[in-house]
Amino acid sequence: MQIDNYLIRKTSLEKLFNNLIGNGKTVFAPKTSGKRVLFEDVKAFSEITEDYIVTTNSAKSVVFPRTEKLFSYKKTKEKTEITDASTDTFPEVVLWGTRPCDAAAFIPLTDTFNGDYPDVLYNNRLGKVYVLSFSCATCDEYCFCTSVNGGPGNTAGSDILFTKLSTGDYLAEAITEKGKQLVADNQSLFEAAPSEEKEPNLAKVTTYFNQDEIQAKLQNLFENPVWDEKSRACLGCGSCAFVCPVCSCFDIQDEAHGSKGSRLRCWDSCGFGLFTLHTSGHNPRETQGARWRQRILHKFLYMPNKSKVAGCVGCGRCSRVCPADINILETVTSL
Amino acid sequence: MNELIQKAKDLLESNAVQVVIGYGKGSADKTRAIFLTKSENCDQLLFDSRCVQNLAVYLTKHEIKHLGKLAIVAPIPVLRSILQLAAENQLKESDLVILGVSPESKLIEFESFGAIELFLDAHKIQIDEKYKATIDKIKAMPVSERFAYWMKELEPCFKCYACRAACPLCYCPKCTVENNQPQWIPAASHLLGNLEWHVMRAMHLAGRCTDCEACYTACPMGIPIHLLTKSMLQDVEEHFGPYGPSVGKHNTLSSFNPDDKESFIR
Repeated sequence: MQIDNYLIRKTSLEKLFNNLIGNGKTVFAPKTSGKRVLFEDVKAFSEITEDYIVTTNSAKSVVFPRTEKLFSYKKTKEKTEITDASTDTFPEVVLWGTRPCDAAAFIPLTDTFNGDYPDVLYNNRLGKVYVLSFSCATCDEYCFCTSVNGGPGNTAGSDILFTKLSTGDYLAEAITEKGKQLVADNQSLFEAAPSEEKEPNLAKVTTYFNQDEIQAKLQNLFENPVWDEKSRACLGCGSCAFVCPVCSCFDIQDEAHGSKGSRLRCWDSCGFGLFTLHTSGHNPRETQGARWRQRILHKFLYMPNKSKVAGCVGCGRCSRVCPADINILETVTSL
Repeated sequence: MNELIQKAKDLLESNAVQVVIGYGKGSADKTRAIFLTKSENCDQLLFDSRCVQNLAVYLTKHEIKHLGKLAIVAPIPVLRSILQLAAENQLKESDLVILGVSPESKLIEFESFGAIELFLDAHKIQIDEKYKATIDKIKAMPVSERFAYWMKELEPCFKCYACRAACPLCYCPKCTVENNQPQWIPAASHLLGNLEWHVMRAMHLAGRCTDCEACYTACPMGIPIHLLTKSMLQDVEEHFGPYGPSVGKHNTLSSFNPDDKESFIR
C-alpha cells in the first residue's frame, strides 16, 4: 500500500491527541514513572514524555493482556454451563509513541496468534488498536533493530509514523487504511508533505549481525558451550520475556470458587524452572543454559523458519532489565 | 583490589576452588556476576559502588554448585546472606571460600562462619532514615488509603518473579505460589494475585530477610517491595529484639520461646 506523507505541526499533534481522547479512545503512551518510562493509560497530552529510547514495558499487553479470561463456567447437578469471554467490551486503543521496533513486533505476535487457530480474543483486540509510532532520533548500546531487518524509521506495523524534523514539526506517514482514516478524520491538522528528508533525522543504529546468517548458523548449534557460558548468571526469572514485545508464551490457569470459576491465560516465560516441566517430574530443559538456548533458538531460528519473521525486533528491553545483566546481543554476536 | 585478584588466582591455581564468583564489567555502565574458572581471567574482577547484586543467590543454584567448590566475593550484604543461609542449613563452612570485602574495599578472609558473625556485629543492619520516614508515613495512613497505596504500587507487577529469583533466601525448589493443589496464591497477575504474592513473600522472609534490597533492585518495574521487608524487619525488632543473622540461633518466626511477647494476640 502506498504511504501518504504529510506535515503535522507540533501544536497540531496535541490537538490530534485531544481529538482521539475526545472520541472516547483509550490512549497508551510513554509516561515517566519514578526512574522508568512506562506505556500507561494517559488522559492528558502533558502526561506524555518524549525522553525515552524505548519504554521499560512493551505495548503487547493491549493485545495480549498479562491475564486474560478465556471463559467462565458454572457447574450444576445437571450440566456445566460455559460462557466464552465477551469481545464486545474491548476498547478502541491508541498506542501513541511506540517505536518502530514496537510496531514491528505486532507482525510476529500476530503470526503466533494466527497459527493453527485464529485467536478470537487477540484478533478482536488488535482490530481496535491504532499504532501511532514515533521514529527514533536516539539509540543506545542495547538497540539492534537494524540487525533484525528493522530500522529507526521503519514503517512496518505502524498505522502512522511520525518523524520529528529539524523545525520541531513532524513528518507524518499514513501507512495503513486505519492510519489513512485517522488522517481523513482529522484532516485540518495535516498539511502538505514537508520537503525535508526523513533520513537525517533518524538515529544511527549500528548493525551488529545479519539475521539470515544467524539463522543459518543456529541450525547446527544446538549443542554448544555458549548456552551455559552466556547464561551462567541467569537467575531464572521472567523479566526478559515479560518486557519483550514478541514473547507470547502463556500458561492456562483455572480460578475456581466452589462450583464456578474462570479459565485464564497468563504470561509465561521459558526462563522459569516450571516451564515445560512434565507431570512425571522430567524437565526437557533442566538447566538455565537449556532454557536460554530455547529463548535464542525460538526467536532467531524456529520463528523465522516457520513464519519468515524473526521473533526479535532488536529493542533491547530484555538486556536492559535483566537483573543479572545477561545481554541478548552479546549472546547472538558471540555465536 | 589487587589482593583480591591475587587471592582469586591463588585459589584457582592451587585448585583449592574450581570457581570464583565475583563482579566484573557488565554492559553499558553496569557490573555483573562473573564466574571465573581460570586464574588468567582473574584480572576481570572489580569492585566498586555499582556492585550491588547479591552474589549469595548463586550459592544454592544447582547449575553453579555443579561447577565444583566455590569462592565468592562477599561485601557486607553477601556476608549477611551467607550467614543466614548457613543458619538455615543451606551452606556448610567446607562448601566455600569467602573473599570478604570491607566497606573500605579491602579483602578480609574469614576462616569460619563465626568469624563472619563477629565481623557483622560491628556492621549491624540499619534501616535508612529515609525509608523509616516512608514506612512511618504509610503506616500512619488510614486502612483504606494504605490499601489503595499498595494496590497502586503493586498494579504494574506482572509476576516475572525477579524479586524471588534475585533473593538469596528464596531458594525453595518449589515456591508456595507454584502450588496449585490447593492453590494458595492466585497465579494470575491481577490485583488480588499480586497482593497475595507480595504479602506471602514478605511473610516468608520475616525474621530472615537481611535487607540487601536485591528484590527491589531486580524488579524491572521498580515496585518498592523492599518497603515490605524493611517494615517486617522493624516489626521483628520491636517484638523479638535486635535481629541479625546468626548460625547458632533459630529464626525468629520459626522458633518458640516461653518469654516471647504475645501482645499481638488479642
